[in-house]
Amino acid sequence: MTVGMKVGIVRFPGSNCDADVYRAVTEGLGESATYLWHKSTDLEGVDVVVLPGGFSYGDYLRAGAIARFSPIMGEVIDFARSGGLTLGICNGFQVLCEAHLLPGALVRNRNLRFRCHDVGLRVENAGTPFTSAYAEGDLLHIPIAHGEGQFVGEASTLDELEAEDRVVLRYVARRGRATDAANPNGSARNIAGIVNAEGNILGLMPHPERHSLSVLGNTDGLGVFQSLLAAVAGGRGRRSDPAPPEAAEFAAGAVAGAGVSS
Amino acid sequence: MTRASLERVEARPGDPVMSAALVAEHGLSPEEWEQILGFMGREPTFTELGVFSAMWSEHCGYKNSRPLLRTLPTESAAVVQGPGENAGVIDVGGGWGVAFKIESHNHPSAVEPYQGAATGSGGILRDVFTMGARPIAIFDSLHFGSLDSPQSRYLFDGVVRGVGDYGNCVGVPTVGGEAIFDPAYERNPLINVMCIGVLPLERLIRGEAEGVGNPVMAVGARTGRDGIHGATFASEELDEEAVDSRPQVQVGDPFTEKLLLEASLELIERDLLVGIQDMGAAGLTSSGTEMAARSGSGIDIDVAYLPVREEGMTPYEMLLSESQERMLLVAKPEHEGAVREVLERWDLQAATIGQVTDDGMFRVREDGVVRVEIPVKPLVDDCPTYVREGVMSPAVAEARSADLGAYASFESDREVDAALRTLLDAPSIASRRWIYEQYDTTVQTNTLEGPGSDAAVLRLPAEGRALAASTDGNGRHTWLDPRTGGRAAVAEAARNVACSGARPLAVTNCLNFGSPLRPEVYFQLAGAVEGMGEACRALGTPVTGGNVSLYNETGGQPVYPTPVIGMLGVVEDLERRVPSAFQREGDEVWVAGVTRDEIGGSEYLAACHGLVAGLPPAVELEAAAALIDFLVEGAADGAFASAHDGSDGGLAVALAECAVRATGGPLGCTVDLGAAPAGANVSAAARWFGESHSRVVLTCRPGEGERIAAHGRRHGVPVARIGTVDGPDSPCRLTGAGHAIAPPAAELARIYEEAIPRRMSEEAGITS
Repeated sequence: MTVGMKVGIVRFPGSNCDADVYRAVTEGLGESATYLWHKSTDLEGVDVVVLPGGFSYGDYLRAGAIARFSPIMGEVIDFARSGGLTLGICNGFQVLCEAHLLPGALVRNRNLRFRCHDVGLRVENAGTPFTSAYAEGDLLHIPIAHGEGQFVGEASTLDELEAEDRVVLRYVARRGRATDAANPNGSARNIAGIVNAEGNILGLMPHPERHSLSVLGNTDGLGVFQSLLAAVAGGRGRRSDPAPPEAAEFAAGAVAGAGVSS
Repeated sequence: MTRASLERVEARPGDPVMSAALVAEHGLSPEEWEQILGFMGREPTFTELGVFSAMWSEHCGYKNSRPLLRTLPTESAAVVQGPGENAGVIDVGGGWGVAFKIESHNHPSAVEPYQGAATGSGGILRDVFTMGARPIAIFDSLHFGSLDSPQSRYLFDGVVRGVGDYGNCVGVPTVGGEAIFDPAYERNPLINVMCIGVLPLERLIRGEAEGVGNPVMAVGARTGRDGIHGATFASEELDEEAVDSRPQVQVGDPFTEKLLLEASLELIERDLLVGIQDMGAAGLTSSGTEMAARSGSGIDIDVAYLPVREEGMTPYEMLLSESQERMLLVAKPEHEGAVREVLERWDLQAATIGQVTDDGMFRVREDGVVRVEIPVKPLVDDCPTYVREGVMSPAVAEARSADLGAYASFESDREVDAALRTLLDAPSIASRRWIYEQYDTTVQTNTLEGPGSDAAVLRLPAEGRALAASTDGNGRHTWLDPRTGGRAAVAEAARNVACSGARPLAVTNCLNFGSPLRPEVYFQLAGAVEGMGEACRALGTPVTGGNVSLYNETGGQPVYPTPVIGMLGVVEDLERRVPSAFQREGDEVWVAGVTRDEIGGSEYLAACHGLVAGLPPAVELEAAAALIDFLVEGAADGAFASAHDGSDGGLAVALAECAVRATGGPLGCTVDLGAAPAGANVSAAARWFGESHSRVVLTCRPGEGERIAAHGRRHGVPVARIGTVDGPDSPCRLTGAGHAIAPPAAELARIYEEAIPRRMSEEAGITS
């Protein structure tokens, strides 16, 4: 079955999980992916935009604070606002919040240290285009790797997210309970990932792309990309527009960087 | 080559007047000064004196270590690039190479732990990607004072944050290393960082400056006044005023590093460069002169074109600045425009500051006026070297001859149980989770076995293959017997790599010692290098490069002599890699290798009796080599479910580690240590906690032990079944030498996991 999905991975200068997403989509899922250079304004007709992890512009100010003003982000914001499937992972989640595409904010981890390890996640909503390959209540093991991943928001914002079923993933302990000990960064209500009201934008701190290759022994994260493929095949979301000619020319300098094995 | 200046060299108005005191301040002896006068044919300018000071420092010139290092083996079928380049390179098959190197940043980290460690990581990353390799892993070998000391906790915390923040931001996983705590490192911690990168072998590039007229470009961060004379600083002892040296410690910018990394790899991939080198220690001076020296060319630069951070910098300062995240590159002339275009796209500054010449001179101008003109070859290659007399210090002689009889036996089972708990709680043995959870260990999606395993294992681009690597060293053993310590570092690193199923291929080394001017330190240095060379030859793992860090002392007290080895190996079939912890209930537990009556220099003596004494366990090279073959072939045959080095802390500790590190949570075991192969007259303490080399704890599926036995026979490695893996609720039932204990596995796990966090908790306090 060749439905075909083209994933655009935004490359900020300090992105460092871009190649991992590329591999998850191409090696893990067998679909096509392309890099979208941050200075470009052309989304190249992709079906899905991914804002990958990393430190976009060094993030010495606040994670994601500068990235939202980059040329590509103007296009990404238009795309996302008009229903395009948009996934922000880790730093990408921070950028989505800074760009007000998602509510709340991500601040320094509760223990003020960078943390990297597998976390337990419970799928709270399997009805989104990012989680349809899972069942509600599924338990996943996926790594986190961040220093600023504590999700915070006004009580009313959090209540609204809960009421609208927009909390998609929650940090949980081995048996699926959202305990404080299972919360790696102090996030409000153990929230690990949320969607916007329309359901086409997901931000999450854990890295599903790191658990998408069978050679690494765990493919719990691949479902996110499988879900996106199903959504695209089902006509969900919209395809991005190609850029006007002059903008396309400007973007021609963009580099298609490669991971070590691509 | 002695020749007078080709051009008129002008001293700079306001330069200090040359004097014996000024020469001494630059770390040069009167004899060295005479040598300089000899081949310059005139008195050098102040700026030239600074250049000599840097290039003839221990850090750049290896004055005291070069004659010793020359004895090390450097070649094998796997070695593509040996010592003398930015990093060594080995062939890992399928057209792929691996570039790797280890480097120290001890003195900067002692003064400013966060930035010292961060910039150490930055420097070694640049050494690897300037070979055309994409960095895929970082290892950190760390030595600190006791965690009971607030100062050590402060340094430890800062260094871990520094290593972590840098690698995490650049996007290179930190997947292994070691952390050793001993009062010997209290004021002078050792921070050694190894970086590993992969490259298609046809893309290998070197730090060369070839082709007359080719443009020489400075790229990356602007040059500031930070780190001036860092190389000389690294070549002196730390004294009480060292904290005043904070301006000599540079500040890292991992974001710029990431840009440099991507841009450099793109420039190399598109074949736009002749050569490229990090402006690391001694900055523009060392990069410029070393690139010219490798090509037998000259280099002519004008510092007026160098992008600087502040006004009024002198040529002296610009040449010796160690501002971070800068590179020197020589472009192919027809591609200078393309080079600029790539750098611009990555928002990197680039300035053409000069060109390659053929007159063999390092010439530096200031707005056209020549300030420096030094023949490259003597500057780089003819740094005077010294062979000194070494003697064993009386303190070591006394410690070696101590009578350990009183510690060889236990009074009760309870004493054995308490000793095991004490060892698992010892920070040098306990879980490093507190450290490695602050590091990104899984970015780049190559990590097959991460920290907590004997060796980290990463998948390689070459289909189905994996790379295994480990860093090891034992300062205590080296102090007691330098030659054995040198051998042990190599043997243990090789064993760790082989436990994962990889064939050890090559090493990079970092020699951390005190002042070589002390006969007792020179004795250690010479002995350790000798032992290292012997082991490298016996195991077929040549040295491809590394770093020497001398003058590691404070208040006249040298650190333990600490040679650190970074070992690389290849697993032919990554599916056949071997984990280190117990896998399943019911598996058979075996030991390979012989336990001897050796408790000298052990962690047991240090942690349980506060004693550093005796002779360290011997490293029999034939046995070490046989064990490696046994492990590699057994793994390829699928004979092992797990394999874990049995040296650190002894067999009892190794078994406990296998039990508490089991993937799904701690597993118990029933084991008779008395059944392990042993030499004659082995004491109870040696059976339980002796650190004899060339021993490994193995497991296999029930009923498959005969395969282990067969591999043992084939390689002449004594093996014996000693027990069984039990379930998660079972204790670790250990018996041997007339003693029996049964601590619950979960309890041992708690001790092991909490040892470092407990000491680093907020209540413990961290003070500067």
